[in-house]
Amino acid sequence: MAKYEYSYYPGCSSQKGASSSNLSRSVETMCEELDVKLNVIPDWNCCSASIGYGGGGVLPRMTLSARNIALSEKHNVGQDIVATCAACWLATKEAQERFDHDGDLMADTNKALAEAGLKLENKTKIRHMVEVLIEDIGYEQIGSGVKRPLEGLKVAGYVGCQTNRPFGIDGESFENPMYLDKLVDTLGGESIKTYEKKVQCCGGALAFSEPVKSQEMIHGIIESAYDNGADVIATPCPLCQANVEIYQDEINAKYGSKFNMPVVYYSQLIDVAYGRNAKDASLDGQIIKAKKLEDIAGK
Amino acid sequence: MSTNTGMVEKYRNNFLKEVEANVEEGEWVKMCMQCGVCAGSCPLGSHWAHPPQEIFMMIRAGKRDEVLTSDSMWMCTSCYNCIVRCPRELPITHIMHGLANYAKRLGLTPKSQPTAWFSQVFWDNMMKKGRVNELKLGLSLYFKDGLVSGIKESIKHQKLGMNMMKAKRMSIAELFGGHGVKDISDLQKIIKKAEEIENARIESYGK
Amino acid sequence: MAGEMKIGAYVCKGCGIGERLNADQLATTATRDGKAAICQQHDYLCSEEGVNMIQNDIDNEGVNRVVIAACSRRAKTDAFAFKHVTLHRANLREGVIWVRPDSDDQQETTQEMADDYVRMACAEAKYSKVPEASGQQGVNRNILIVGGGVAGMTAALEASKAGYPCTIVEKAATLGGAVAQLYKTIPTKAPYADPQDSGVDELIAAIEADSNITVHLNSRTTNIAGAPGRFAADISAESGATVTKDFGAIVQASGFKPYDANQLPEFAYGKNKDVVTQLELEALAKAANGSAIKRPSDGKEVSSVVFVQCAGQRSKKEGHLEHCSGYCCSASIKQAMYFKDQNPDVETTIMYTDLRTPGAGGENFYRSGQKKGIIFTKSVVSEVVNGANPTVKFKDLILNEEAEVEADLVVLATGMVPNAGQATRAELTIEENEDKADAKSSGEAQVIRVEVESILNLDYRQGKDVPHMANGFADSHFICFPYETQRTGIYTAGPTRRPMDAKQAMDDAMGAAMRAIGEAENAGLGKAAHPRSGDLSFPTFRKEGCTQCKRCTVECPFGAINEDEQGYPVYNESRCRRCGTCMGACPVRVISFESYSVDTVGQQLKAVDIPEEFDEKPRILVLACENDAYPALDMAAQNKLEYSAFARVIPVRCLGSISLSWITDSLNSGFDGIMLMGCPSGDNYQCHFVKGSGTAQERMGKVGDTLQSLSLEKERVATYEISITDIHKVPKLINDMATTIEKIGMSPFKF
Repeated sequence: MAKYEYSYYPGCSSQKGASSSNLSRSVETMCEELDVKLNVIPDWNCCSASIGYGGGGVLPRMTLSARNIALSEKHNVGQDIVATCAACWLATKEAQERFDHDGDLMADTNKALAEAGLKLENKTKIRHMVEVLIEDIGYEQIGSGVKRPLEGLKVAGYVGCQTNRPFGIDGESFENPMYLDKLVDTLGGESIKTYEKKVQCCGGALAFSEPVKSQEMIHGIIESAYDNGADVIATPCPLCQANVEIYQDEINAKYGSKFNMPVVYYSQLIDVAYGRNAKDASLDGQIIKAKKLEDIAGK
Repeated sequence: MSTNTGMVEKYRNNFLKEVEANVEEGEWVKMCMQCGVCAGSCPLGSHWAHPPQEIFMMIRAGKRDEVLTSDSMWMCTSCYNCIVRCPRELPITHIMHGLANYAKRLGLTPKSQPTAWFSQVFWDNMMKKGRVNELKLGLSLYFKDGLVSGIKESIKHQKLGMNMMKAKRMSIAELFGGHGVKDISDLQKIIKKAEEIENARIESYGK
Repeated sequence: MAGEMKIGAYVCKGCGIGERLNADQLATTATRDGKAAICQQHDYLCSEEGVNMIQNDIDNEGVNRVVIAACSRRAKTDAFAFKHVTLHRANLREGVIWVRPDSDDQQETTQEMADDYVRMACAEAKYSKVPEASGQQGVNRNILIVGGGVAGMTAALEASKAGYPCTIVEKAATLGGAVAQLYKTIPTKAPYADPQDSGVDELIAAIEADSNITVHLNSRTTNIAGAPGRFAADISAESGATVTKDFGAIVQASGFKPYDANQLPEFAYGKNKDVVTQLELEALAKAANGSAIKRPSDGKEVSSVVFVQCAGQRSKKEGHLEHCSGYCCSASIKQAMYFKDQNPDVETTIMYTDLRTPGAGGENFYRSGQKKGIIFTKSVVSEVVNGANPTVKFKDLILNEEAEVEADLVVLATGMVPNAGQATRAELTIEENEDKADAKSSGEAQVIRVEVESILNLDYRQGKDVPHMANGFADSHFICFPYETQRTGIYTAGPTRRPMDAKQAMDDAMGAAMRAIGEAENAGLGKAAHPRSGDLSFPTFRKEGCTQCKRCTVECPFGAINEDEQGYPVYNESRCRRCGTCMGACPVRVISFESYSVDTVGQQLKAVDIPEEFDEKPRILVLACENDAYPALDMAAQNKLEYSAFARVIPVRCLGSISLSWITDSLNSGFDGIMLMGCPSGDNYQCHFVKGSGTAQERMGKVGDTLQSLSLEKERVATYEISITDIHKVPKLINDMATTIEKIGMSPFKF
């Protein structure tokens, strides 16, 4: 028996060959180290993220999440749902809250679910992996397992939007959440407390539809990391990671900058600090290589 | 468009009531106290022709066409900054999503609004298999203005795609089949039912 | 106490005084220069042992003038509270060692400072007497309440509950005032969601049931003579019958009258019957009594209504009110609910520029209004166009565009005009031949006199009503001194004091009733009211020296002094706040208090040892107001902020009490600089005696002539406005003066 066990909602981008497959690989490694067992919700579906609203109305969108919760309640009985993707977590948690407050919506969604013989109880806690780390495991225990402290690694903790708002992590502020910095410090790294773009929006899904506007914001996020002397940006959010990492060539072309800033996940930092190699930490999934982190992993 | 005209007739002088009935979280619109914190908090604030508090005022003033044909709400990045800062705790992000959806439903969305278009493509892509096919989603983005410009776009973004492939974060396998839920027909049945319920409710308000 | 004056001086060596100063020398100074009959030193004077030592000298050695050479007069007041003696403090701690560096080269000047303060305290002792109450009045526990609205009734019920018989004088035929005209009031209890019954009927019933409360309806106060503790009020009924009753204190709760909407022709008031004021809408709502409200013109049920906020208010336009009436936004929300609660389909729009809903429940009430579907439009209304339906033209400030909307009914939020009687300051003119500077300086005398009926009809030299503050409200500085008016023993409550709603007026009434009770008791004991609470001294004058110039009767901030037929001042001790402005006003120096006089200060400054001109040790006299400037100096000392060793600080009751003779005397005796520190004056005054510091500033205008006649530089005398928070400013000002003197040189008047 693993020490911790959860019902796991990986989300579309975490699948094999998808844009944040490196997140899911590094999370798997992290969970091995922390003795966390993740039971994937069988046959989960997309939550429609925060961009599906143009195509889907409220009830269809909420029902997507209802199906996932119902499936978890059916197959992973009694287990909290844990998501690693900010949008998955947010959409599911938001749906749950609405069902709680709106009996009609709950009744309607159950009418729809009945088409496939499913029923939503809506009694399951919806959590983010970061909450598991902070609330269930705790900084102290995480720190006790560090084998290779991230010495000298200056990390700009980029929390972004949806892991932080509107729910966020309990006890943290919306304007200046500290948990990512605390985690970096716990792992022996050097968090940059003055990183002022910590909760700046990267454009989210609008990075696709409004690239010019979004890249202007991304430019600021990276520039500030450089200004603060960061070696690497770390984030909990897959869309943040992708948006900030993959457009750097395009941004350089447009702004005449020479950005080459690696963007990694908190889970990758833990993997490396726990003594795992670059591959286990899915550092091979970087488009911009996290050289310093690889060096630590190679020690 | 019959729905659309029906609404205009019924709510000529009371767009606010229409919004309250038919738009996601629309009943909150009347609670805005016009402080403007939302406008100042929006990362794309400067790109909104009408910032949220102005949209709310326009709704109260009965400016139905101006609101629904506006592309302002399509500027929302879903960053939720306005929500957490609103002193009246209005779910502004959701109201914006709701207004966008409602405008789309009524066919009032401005032509070639990129986010409106992308949002629909995302939904359709997702509904095919129950999970998003990122590769196809990306390709449809390039090819949205036709084959020729699509190929140009693809070439422009070739390096990005290659990088993603190399990092195993994009897979050509997704073009052929790819990930998806097993019971796709079940999922589609569920969502179809949900759409029916919602449509019936909104239709009934026009009658 | 008729026996001989005997000074006992006590030097404390605690708190570092003993280490920093030569205590033996101080004792010698006290006995040799200060003529102290007894002088003792103690390591810790405020200890029980130290206090007992002093008490023993009082009891057994006949000491009746106690000089404490220790800390500031503001410290250890509980320990040094001796009865039947005068008390004088030489401030060696805050005034000397804490503001001077502890170094050998400064030792000499620091000791000089301390020696001077001992001399000064002894000098003050020599010229002080033990104050005793005059016995001008006894205790009268009857409270007069002028006005029978919710504020007046609340004041009466509260005072009655505390055991004080009350008399309400109401000019109307019924109690209830403005609130009785309302259909409902703004909610006062959680969840603050709906209009509530005003409760005025219950209040009236409670008044009628209270045998301790007498009500005079259809009546006015036609004359009020006397002073706190012995007011004699003529209460005259409409019929002409007059009774005279005696009272200890007065609460004035005379309320407000609605602003005259006829002054707003741009809003079609008077032209269109369907443009009404808030108060007129209350009548319509009362008539409807829960059914649909009908409009005045044709009796049609109102289906749309627009509320125009700030109609003729918050505007500098001629004839408009400058102030915000504070209650109208909430009142409009309440009135819109009259419509919405009866029929949610009635369109209700509130046009506002800044929605202000003060009070605990204000924000909740606003939200409740929004939930009920009241539309709030941030806009400025420019015009209401007359027509079958009035049309409101406005600028939407959010959408930044001109717009108009037609409505069945338009309600104007016109606000309140205080019922405060006559603006008595207008009558303050000195009849004697005054020079031009004087006429100009008493600028308030230029206020346009508006013929308004008096409310109190006070038999006071300075006018029939309580003086007004900004915008005609009968208030004092409402942050520092709530309920205090500029007439002791008369407390205003409700909208006569400042704009407010019914709930606030009732809360206000409790405060005013409490103050009235306090003052009735105080006056009976001959004690001063705030801020010199408990002070038994009172001003008297030497009639044979008086020239009947009337300056004292005119300049008293509290109207305490009347005139007799020959023009001599008649003091009303219990009206007096003991500021000494009369003393400062008197050109022939005939006014004094037992414990504060031209001599108690004049002899102190003469006691200062003035070194010879070539010693290069100037002397700077600082006359510091005891209310703000002196505490600021003490706090500067607590913060160990240093200032010049040449300064000698004398606390004064108020800058208004400063006699010009002190200035001329100190210049003549060789002081090099004189600094006057008082409270800020003007519209936002902080003077604890309202006008004292302002009056002093005016008087100081004349000092220039004195300086000129002595061929002295004008920089040698300066007046400063000091707030209690100016802790860092005061030492700097003193040091700046020292620098100035260094620049312009020593005074040649050192003999």
